[in-house]
Amino acid sequence: MEMFLKFLVAAVAASIPLLFGTVGEILCEKVGHLNLGVEGLMSIGACAGFMVGMQTDSFVLALIAAFVAGVLAALIYAILTVTFLADQNVSGLTLTIFGIGLANFIGIYMLGASENGTLKLPEGITAQMNNIHIPGLSDIPVVGQLIFSYSPFVYLGVVIAILAGLFLKKTKLGLNVQAIGHNPAAADAAGINVTRWKYVMILLGGGICGIGGAYCAMIINSGVWISNNVGGLGWIAVALVIFAKWNPWLSILGSFVFGALRVLKYYMPQSVVNLPTAFYDMLPFLITAIILVISSIRKKRDLNIPGSLGVNYFREER
Amino acid sequence: MKRFLSAVLAGVMALSLMAGCSSGGEETTTTESGNDTTAESTGLFPAVAKEDLKVGVVHITDPAEGTGYTYTHDLGIQGMQKNLGLDDSQIIRKNNVDDTDATAIRTALEECVEEGCQIVFATSWGYMDYVEEIAEEYPDVLFAHGTGYKSNGKNFINYFGKINQARYLSGIAAGMKTTSNKIGYVAAQNNENGEVTSGIDAFAMGVESVNPDAKVYVKVTGSWFDPEGEGQAAKSLIDMGCDVIAQHCDTANPATEAEKAGVFAVGYNSDMAQKAPGATLTSVMWDWSVFYTEAVQKVIDGTWDGQNYFGSMQDGLVTLAPCSDLCAEGTAEKIKEVQDKIISGEWDIFDGTTEYEDNQGQTHTLKAEDYGTCNWYYKNVEVA
Repeated sequence: MEMFLKFLVAAVAASIPLLFGTVGEILCEKVGHLNLGVEGLMSIGACAGFMVGMQTDSFVLALIAAFVAGVLAALIYAILTVTFLADQNVSGLTLTIFGIGLANFIGIYMLGASENGTLKLPEGITAQMNNIHIPGLSDIPVVGQLIFSYSPFVYLGVVIAILAGLFLKKTKLGLNVQAIGHNPAAADAAGINVTRWKYVMILLGGGICGIGGAYCAMIINSGVWISNNVGGLGWIAVALVIFAKWNPWLSILGSFVFGALRVLKYYMPQSVVNLPTAFYDMLPFLITAIILVISSIRKKRDLNIPGSLGVNYFREER
Repeated sequence: MKRFLSAVLAGVMALSLMAGCSSGGEETTTTESGNDTTAESTGLFPAVAKEDLKVGVVHITDPAEGTGYTYTHDLGIQGMQKNLGLDDSQIIRKNNVDDTDATAIRTALEECVEEGCQIVFATSWGYMDYVEEIAEEYPDVLFAHGTGYKSNGKNFINYFGKINQARYLSGIAAGMKTTSNKIGYVAAQNNENGEVTSGIDAFAMGVESVNPDAKVYVKVTGSWFDPEGEGQAAKSLIDMGCDVIAQHCDTANPATEAEKAGVFAVGYNSDMAQKAPGATLTSVMWDWSVFYTEAVQKVIDGTWDGQNYFGSMQDGLVTLAPCSDLCAEGTAEKIKEVQDKIISGEWDIFDGTTEYEDNQGQTHTLKAEDYGTCNWYYKNVEVA
């Protein structure tokens, strides 16, 4: 039981970078843009957040830097695909390669400039970003450990996911934005500024991905810089969007399930179930495939996929 | 116009990417001693003048990661370069060559040959079969493969060392430190990989020598480089009650997880006291420059003999970082005592005759050179 509780706590910690990446990608896909650059956006966010955190020793400034860096990187993608109508897949993939390369390049430069070949966050920021402890609440058995014992990133991620869901579902603006993803021409005819909102959503999504990257650099790697520190989590986030059916609220559940599957291999005692580790690595993707199959059997509407996803909108072609 | 601009923007991205990739070391002034080695050679291959020499290295990740396997190999290459006074342009590095990607491995090896390398070092286990193939195709080029077990006695040799000597000593530090008698070990590969498995056994024997009650619990990540998984594996071991975490994987994440949880760690590859000063007891380390210098010197002198290389603590190839203040009292003395025996040759682990009991109740002997065949866990090891 004790071990099961620890498994759940580990699953939450593993789910958070996926949650940021997924919510960011959902916002982007909601306006019809399939952004395969999540991994790159997260890498750039990781680099900016880490480096600013190291220089300023401030957690808040690190978060802001990661967000801004994600926005700027997404701006490249937005200019290419929204304004210049470049192919979304190619632009996204390029952004991934570019983002990882840029982050590693800056990291290598900073490592070279460091005193002993190590980049480690100072103690001030480590204290701010590590698991919280609220006297009273955190001490409640089970519940305290399960709900009030995480890094501030965890609460930030859940709040962002809830707000994104509220915005998309409960506000007029959010419905307008969703209309762009389903049929930009109709949205345009209805007087919605398609280009402006595409930009806003893509940039916002990029910023959120950037914060997810900062989690990778600051929490997963315990504030020690290494190259390729996002390690493919951005790609899992792209798959998770399908699992979450383009719904930010479902993405909280989805990323928890994926996070749990990622740590399952370490918490499943070999004496109970003895399977190769590769089996566990495959599980999240197997489940995504099953979800896709089930959804397509039931009805396409159920999947809630934006109708014009992956298709650029050229106004003069109407 | 838009199309043109988007092409330009994409171009800029691609260019800056290339700038990111080609971040070689900065120019250093090297002292060219320029001794033309025209003396008659005693080896299998003619001597190569130092200024004509090109050395290829195929790395599985980027040496600039600042820790771990590739970093220590590249430190060895840099040390060799300094020892022999080679120019930066004489070292050709192929980084991030995935050792499960056949095309990438072949391309990297062939590029090294085409760019004129007389000797190529391939550092990862998974390159083995491809190096064997290419050594056959290019009989005039020398290939040295790190870890693994294949060689042809001519232009394809294998190199590794008795890292298990240092692992045994680090086990002493862990065994003396633990109070829960549960020691965690984050392993990159399962028991099919003899390099990892023999390392676990050596570590566990070191633990047992000072603490017969302690058990070593192993978690396998299944990957040589998985920053998130390595941290998670360490965390799950700590959750099980382990209070010392050892590792055979690339990042310092097991050590930093241990530091966060207030337990202790044994590092690998480079000294992890820099990454996790609050947890690291000691680190098991390589000094590859010992081998690289020797091998390249042989090429220059024309004394290449096609013999495999298997270094040890005696040669300085294998080292153990100094014990930190976190170690239990008397650890440094105990380690020194055993280390002296190893270096004097009085005693060695895996001498080929001592019988060891595995955790299934069977007995085995192991010769250090045959570490690759080791697929059994010592009796105090449990895969958790």
